Amino acid sequence: MLMTAPIMFFVFAIVALAAALGMLLSKNPVSSALWLILNLFCVAGLYLTLNAEFIAVIQVLVYAGAIMVLFVFVIMLLNLAELPDLKKVEWRRIIAFTMGMGLLSMLTFISANALDMLPNPPSLAAAAENGSVTNLGKALFTVYAMPLEIIGILLLAATIGAVVIAKRKPV
Amino acid sequence: MDLAWYWTALIAFVIINFLLISASVLVYAERKVSGYMQNRPGPNRVGPFGFLQPFADVVKLVFKENIVPTLANPFVHSLAPMMMVVIAMAAGALIPFARGVVIADMDVSILVLLALTSISVYGVTLAGWSSNSKYSLLGGLRSSAQMISYELSMGLAVLSVVLISSSLNMVTIVEDQAGGFGLFAWNVFRNPVGCILFIVTAFAETNRAPFDLPEAEQELVGGYHTEYSGMKFGMFFLAEYVNFFVASFVIVTLFFGGYLLPFESVIVAQFPALADSYLLMALQVLTVILKAGFFAYVFIWVRWTLPRFKYTQLMTLGWKYLLPLALVNALVVAVVLAILH
Repeated sequence: MLMTAPIMFFVFAIVALAAALGMLLSKNPVSSALWLILNLFCVAGLYLTLNAEFIAVIQVLVYAGAIMVLFVFVIMLLNLAELPDLKKVEWRRIIAFTMGMGLLSMLTFISANALDMLPNPPSLAAAAENGSVTNLGKALFTVYAMPLEIIGILLLAATIGAVVIAKRKPV
Repeated sequence: MDLAWYWTALIAFVIINFLLISASVLVYAERKVSGYMQNRPGPNRVGPFGFLQPFADVVKLVFKENIVPTLANPFVHSLAPMMMVVIAMAAGALIPFARGVVIADMDVSILVLLALTSISVYGVTLAGWSSNSKYSLLGGLRSSAQMISYELSMGLAVLSVVLISSSLNMVTIVEDQAGGFGLFAWNVFRNPVGCILFIVTAFAETNRAPFDLPEAEQELVGGYHTEYSGMKFGMFFLAEYVNFFVASFVIVTLFFGGYLLPFESVIVAQFPALADSYLLMALQVLTVILKAGFFAYVFIWVRWTLPRFKYTQLMTLGWKYLLPLALVNALVVAVVLAILH
């Protein structure tokens, strides 16, 4: 059990990255959406390796189950044409960019580590305790009650805006 | 209860085979019940009383040619039926069949179940899209629109149950219905509106009549599975029956006491030797199967009684009646619980 979590982390991370690339590179909008769904599932898997069951399920329920269903619905309804071919890919640039980003992230990590700026990762057991539904709900409705209410009002405003736009008569 | 992995694997094997067999039994039941409702005998040639008819059908489906339309997307065309079956079967892992007999006893199992129902629409939608046929595409589009519309009401109906039992775990939800003279603590008595809402939305989410617009055969030939043949079509067929059987199990678990025997506390008080025995476990499995079988019968009964909705009626019912009712119900349940505590 102890060993499987890190292995699963790398499996999910690699598949998530590959799916993100596939989403960017595929020419067909529906295949793009499918890659994105795979990516969202992998992110849910990453949450599971961190013992955050609730967040993982909500990720699948909200993103893969609701938002992406709507996306796929709209893409299929509009019947979008395939995108034109990509411009000629310059491999040297891609390799240079990847290596540069890798070097940058490594240097950032090392300097942050040397300056003691990294947060202490809580143990998996503590993380599971923090991520449980009860504690999450308590935190949301006590410490973070105000931001929660504001988000609620924001979403309500967005809903009303959407209804107003949808009801507008075509000019 | 933490089971060893081989026990979990064994239970999973048994449950998957149980669902496969029950799907064929349900196909037979549906054809027989519809036959009697329409004053005809139904299948009666293959085996005693035609009981082997579904098995003969499966053999026929296996031997049929697998036809993929020329302009279809072959990968997605094969992926869609697999997704349907896998998701339908996966929901079986979350249902408690007796005290301690459940494959995945998670803290948030009811949310996992909702997530599974909400992603099961991809099977239908992708099947419709990948077939490259307008009938299939319309079926897929209808399915996703229907799913989005009824998911909210379903979620709110589940929320009212979660409020009552103050847990997202399905085993806890079942155990919470144990008190109150053995029968009247069932959520159907404590939360009748939620129960009706959940049953109606369960019909919509499983694409069963009167909500079977995605496969309306008079308008769309066969809907999303028009372009499928052979065992791929068989997988859609299997998924439909597994889906509504699993939905009956969920209805029973959430609202009709799950695996609890009626008057279980009274019975166990009469026969103390029964408590925690294997006999009680067997009785509980039998109880939950009987209850779910009844609701599977209701699914069949409704299909052959009610005509299909029009699309406008479907949307009106979902958004203008069920959703406000579900919101009010959740609010009422929350307020009553707040007063009682």
